[in-house]
Amino acid sequence: MAQSMIQTQDLRFSYTALNGLAPVVLDGVDLEIQEGTFVAVLGHNGSGKSTLAKHLNAVLLPTGGKVWVDGMDTVDEEKLLDIRRTVGMVFQNPDNQIVANVVEEDVAFAPENLGIPSEEIRNRVDEALAMVGMSEYATHAPHLLSGGQKQRVAIAGVIAMRPRCLVMDEPTAMLDPVGRAEVLSTIHKLNKEHGITVVLITHHMDEAAQADRLVVMSRGKVIADGLPREVFCQVEKLKSVGLSVPETVELCWQLNQEGLDLPLDALSDEECADALRALFD
Amino acid sequence: MALKDITLGQYFPGDTIIHRMDPRAKLLLTVLYIVALFMAKGLLAYGVLFAVLALWVAVSRVSPKAILRGMKPILFILVFTGILNIFYTPGRELWHWGFLTVTVEGLWSAFFMVVRILMLIASTFLLTYTTSPIMLTDGLENLMGPLKKLHVPVHELAMMMSIALRFIPTLIEETDKIMSAQKARGADFETGNLLQKAKAMVPLLVPLFISAFRRADELAIAMECRCYHGGVGRTRLRQLKYQSFDFAALFLALALCVGIFFLSRPGL
Repeated sequence: MAQSMIQTQDLRFSYTALNGLAPVVLDGVDLEIQEGTFVAVLGHNGSGKSTLAKHLNAVLLPTGGKVWVDGMDTVDEEKLLDIRRTVGMVFQNPDNQIVANVVEEDVAFAPENLGIPSEEIRNRVDEALAMVGMSEYATHAPHLLSGGQKQRVAIAGVIAMRPRCLVMDEPTAMLDPVGRAEVLSTIHKLNKEHGITVVLITHHMDEAAQADRLVVMSRGKVIADGLPREVFCQVEKLKSVGLSVPETVELCWQLNQEGLDLPLDALSDEECADALRALFD
Repeated sequence: MALKDITLGQYFPGDTIIHRMDPRAKLLLTVLYIVALFMAKGLLAYGVLFAVLALWVAVSRVSPKAILRGMKPILFILVFTGILNIFYTPGRELWHWGFLTVTVEGLWSAFFMVVRILMLIASTFLLTYTTSPIMLTDGLENLMGPLKKLHVPVHELAMMMSIALRFIPTLIEETDKIMSAQKARGADFETGNLLQKAKAMVPLLVPLFISAFRRADELAIAMECRCYHGGVGRTRLRQLKYQSFDFAALFLALALCVGIFFLSRPGL
C-alpha cells in the first residue's frame, strides 16, 4: 500500500491551563490523507479544526495518539525541518506571515532558512511567484498589495520550500470576495497542475463543496468524512452541530420536509435547477 | 495627525553608482565621514567636508530638498545647541546684558557645531535614502559578523531590525484604524493640554500593543513553519560582493580622514 501523506491515529490534544482545567480540543481523530488529494476540513469555531491543522506540521504536538507526515512521526525532533518542508502551512492573516519588505525577499525566506545556494533560491523564488501569478510584483512592497495578493505572496513563500502538502488555515477568512476567488483558484491550480496535496480548513460551505473529500469536525471529533455531496446529504447531522449546508441542498431539503422527494446532492445551481425541473416533467 | 508622513528609514530607489554600492562599503563610508567630521577644525576643513557632501548628494541624485525636509524634527536641537554655544563659550566679549555674554569664540563654535550636526545628519540620510532597509540590515549583520565570536546575537539583532522595518507601515495603518474607531466613539485626540493629550493616547496604545503582541505570536509561528531556525546554516538570495568602486570609495574616505586630521592640527 502506498504510504499516505498524512496519517493521524487517535490524535488527542488538550491545552494545559494554569487553573488546572485542561480543555480537550482534539478527542481521538483518525485521518488518512493520500498524496495529491484536495481535502476540506469544515467545522464551526471551537471545533478543533485549527488545532488539527497545527498538528499536521508539528507546530503543536499531540498529547495523545500519533501523527505521521510522510511516515515521519511529528514528535521526532530530528525530523522537524523535514516535516515542515514537506507540509507547508498558510494562515489566516497574510500580514502576519510576511517577513520581508520586498515580495521576492519574503518568498526567499524559507529557502534561505533551508540553506539553499543563492542561484537555486533565485530559481525557486521565480518559480513560486509564477505558480501563484505574482511574478510582476516581485520587487513590490507587500504592504501596498491587496489582501488577496498578499495571501498569494504568503502562499508563494511556502511553495518556495517545494512542499508536497499545503495546509491552509482559513486562508480566505480576512479577504474580500475578489481576493477570496483569487486565492481559491490559486489553491486549486496548485492541486490540479502541480499535484500538491491540499488540506483546506474552512467554514465556507462553497469552498468545502469544491474539494475531493470533505471532513466535518465538531467538538474535537470527526463526525463526517467522504465526498462533499455525500457529506452534505446528511443535512440533519450537520444542522445538529450548528453547521449550515449549501443553499441548493438547503432548498431541496426544505422541500423534502414538505413532502417532496428531491435528491439532496445538488451542489451547484444547475444541478438544483435540473432536479426541480425533473419534478415537473 | 498625518501618520503616513513619517519618514523613518525612508529609501528612495534609484540606479546611481551610490545606490549600487555595497551596503557595507556605504556604512563604512558614512562612519569614516562622521569620524572626519568630528576631527575637523577650522573653515578649510569644514569647507572640504562640505564639498565632499555636496559631491555625494550630486552623484546619488538625492534631492537636497528631501534632505532638508528630514532636518525639520531636529530643528529644536539645532537651535538649542546653537544658543548654548553662543552664550556659554568663554572668550573675547562682544556683547553683554545681565548674565548673558556673547563672545566671538561663542559665535564661531555655535556656527561650527550647528554645521557639524547638519552635515552629520545629512550624511546618515544619504546612507538610508540610497540603501534599501534589507540591504542595510544585511550589511550591518555582515559587518558585525566578527562580534558573533563574543556571543553577540548579531543575526537575531539584524532579523529584529528588518522585521521592525517591515511592520512599521502595518502598525501605522493599524494605529490609523484604531484612532478612527475611537474617534467614532467620541474619543478626542486633538484638544486639551499636553497631559490631556497624553491621557487620550492610552485607549489608542493599549489595543495597539495587544495587537502587536498577537501579530508577533502569529509571525513567530509562520516563521517556524517556514523552517526558520536561527542564523546557523542560512543562505541569502542576494549575496553581498565588494566591487572595485567600493574599494576606491573607501580608500578616498580614508584619505579624507587623514587629510582632515592634518588640516585640523592645532599648530596649523
